[in-house]
Amino acid sequence: MSTQDDADYQHSIGAAQSGDEPIRVLDDDGHLLSSAEPPALSEAELLEMYADIKLARHFDQRAVSFQRQGRIATYAPMTGQEGSQVATSHALDDEDWLFPTYRDHAAKYVHGADLATLLKTLRGYREGYSVPEDVNLMPEYIPIATQVPQAMGMAWGQLLQGNDDTAVLCHLGDGATSEGDFHEGLNFAGVFDVPAVFVCNNNQWAISMPRERQTASGTIAEKAHAYGVEGVRVDGMDPLAVYAVTRAAIKKAKAPTDDERRPTLIESVQYRYGAHTTSDDPSVYRDETESETWRDRDPLDRLETYLYQTDVLDAEREAVIEARVEDEVSAAIETAERAETSPERMVEHVYEETPDRLQEQLDELNALREKYGDDAFAEVLG
Amino acid sequence: MSSAAATEAGSPTERLTLVEGVREGLHTEMERDDRVMVLGEDVGKNGGVFRATEGLMEEFGGGRVVDTPLAESGIVGSAIGLALSGLRPVAEMQFMGFMYPAFDQLVSHAARLRSRSHGQYTCPMVVRAPYGGGIRAPEHHSESKEAFFVHEPGLKVVIPSTPADAKGLLTAAIRDPDPVVFLEPKLIYRAFREDVPQNSYEVSLGEASVRREGSDISVYTWGAMTRPTLIAADNLADEHGVDCEVVDLRTLSPLDVGTVVASFEKTGRAAVVHEAPKTAGVGAEIATTIQEEALMYQKAPIKRIAGLDAPMPLHALEDYYLPQAVRIQDGILETVEF
Repeated sequence: MSTQDDADYQHSIGAAQSGDEPIRVLDDDGHLLSSAEPPALSEAELLEMYADIKLARHFDQRAVSFQRQGRIATYAPMTGQEGSQVATSHALDDEDWLFPTYRDHAAKYVHGADLATLLKTLRGYREGYSVPEDVNLMPEYIPIATQVPQAMGMAWGQLLQGNDDTAVLCHLGDGATSEGDFHEGLNFAGVFDVPAVFVCNNNQWAISMPRERQTASGTIAEKAHAYGVEGVRVDGMDPLAVYAVTRAAIKKAKAPTDDERRPTLIESVQYRYGAHTTSDDPSVYRDETESETWRDRDPLDRLETYLYQTDVLDAEREAVIEARVEDEVSAAIETAERAETSPERMVEHVYEETPDRLQEQLDELNALREKYGDDAFAEVLG
Repeated sequence: MSSAAATEAGSPTERLTLVEGVREGLHTEMERDDRVMVLGEDVGKNGGVFRATEGLMEEFGGGRVVDTPLAESGIVGSAIGLALSGLRPVAEMQFMGFMYPAFDQLVSHAARLRSRSHGQYTCPMVVRAPYGGGIRAPEHHSESKEAFFVHEPGLKVVIPSTPADAKGLLTAAIRDPDPVVFLEPKLIYRAFREDVPQNSYEVSLGEASVRREGSDISVYTWGAMTRPTLIAADNLADEHGVDCEVVDLRTLSPLDVGTVVASFEKTGRAAVVHEAPKTAGVGAEIATTIQEEALMYQKAPIKRIAGLDAPMPLHALEDYYLPQAVRIQDGILETVEF
């Protein structure tokens, strides 16, 4: 996390934006735009961001491959979107809250989720939703847009309790902007002027539906204005631009100036290279050459080019990072694959104290396991 | 099989899965009645996430097979308006676990438009949703909360368990003058095939089907649990000489009280099998109905074999949550040996 003061970035970055064009710091090839200033991140912070994006991509590739091997269940890939996820979490302070969706694996990891725990969810263990005690992170949200009013409420709670140090960042997708919860949450956020930042990861597709069929608005960012919330469009495949606008929005949420309002809706314009999930086949509904166009603006490639150009990265450092990333992901997989569970877990934490009736149901089930053995439970259809 | 009786004699058949039966029901009804339209997320170009609407957009066009924005309340609310305008909308919810945003539109409006307007306005529409566990789906994708809808007067709730019934019941649901919640057991979407008549036919709503005749106990079930219940019945006959009658309810609301009670009067014992949580599930309604209507025939307590009163677990444990043949057998034996 950076704690540097970047109050003046909005102005300098704003120079790179015209009309609805997303804010950018890097061009498609990773060169610094002449009209933009890079965010004042230290070399160490830049390298950390780069390593996290690299880890996210490696994790994603292995997860998709594991799903194909039947070692994990349905998985929502994030390749193409890691730059934005990593950058938004880097822009948070430790005390800030993160509300992630089912695709925000990298955002969760950067904010403090354990990689092996995250993988346990994919292996079908509810324990995978557990959150380390010192991390302000919600379990991932699967129903669409439900997190928006809740994140607003968490931010409202911070305001009511005078916690000026804490902002809330809420991820959502472009499809989520069609749900009532999005509009209710944004409207409340504007009315109560809460310290919240909503990041819409506009990856262009809600399963088979293109962004244009999700809303007739020209942009998603412009929806913010109807609620009295600031709207910003950023190139979601430019990690430095995403970092800068998110950092500015978080700072504003906590300490707005007299003419500013706390909440911001950031439209992070990006692309889902792969399928919605491993159960989906995008070739049915979209032209795959579209994906190639977006790959030319790849967030990992662009940041890598920039870091080589500025001598922050060299081949030796890259190799060290690569090895570290591979080791970390492998270790997490090994830990997750060693995980065990038992039917007791089904009733744990349903209530603080398990009701007698539910305990009896579990006892009955365990008596049957004892009698018939676990193999008898292996398949429902026999 | 009862659905065969509802078809015209001599209609050619084809071997279909349950999801193909759903698609055929939509297809034949859209061909027959141009007021019928399909709307929902990904139902058009993508053909539905389970491919239940595959090919329909190509055949009937984007005006009758409509990809909507991602908004369940919007889909069901607009379906109500479409029905009010004279069309026959069939709305798809991608998973039952995502129906809750549409709950208000269903229970506050679709269910009571007829009664609130003293019959002036009606709401002939169908809301389809895959339900239930057993396919290793993510959280919120394996819900079985049919009781929510059964509890609401004005709604009909239908759950097929065979491909032929899926087609015939869906056809009847589309033609029904009232709103119907049509829940599809995704565990058996593609588990088996059977002969399905190619012509258009109805399987009447509100009529249960006796899938297996028996004399010792009546076992009531529906949807995906029908298969393991029939397996359990066969095992009990082979291993214990217990003769189970298996009744597939097919329509949970309105309940076929006549068939439920007639079977119980024959056997004097009952078990209900459902994968939904036990407490306040539809099993409780069936047990109470039997008590009210046929107490004097009762030889043993009525057994509910159900999901736990806990959220459906992620997939590593879902096979423990769902009633298995052994659990069903054990529950039935306990009742028979009472």
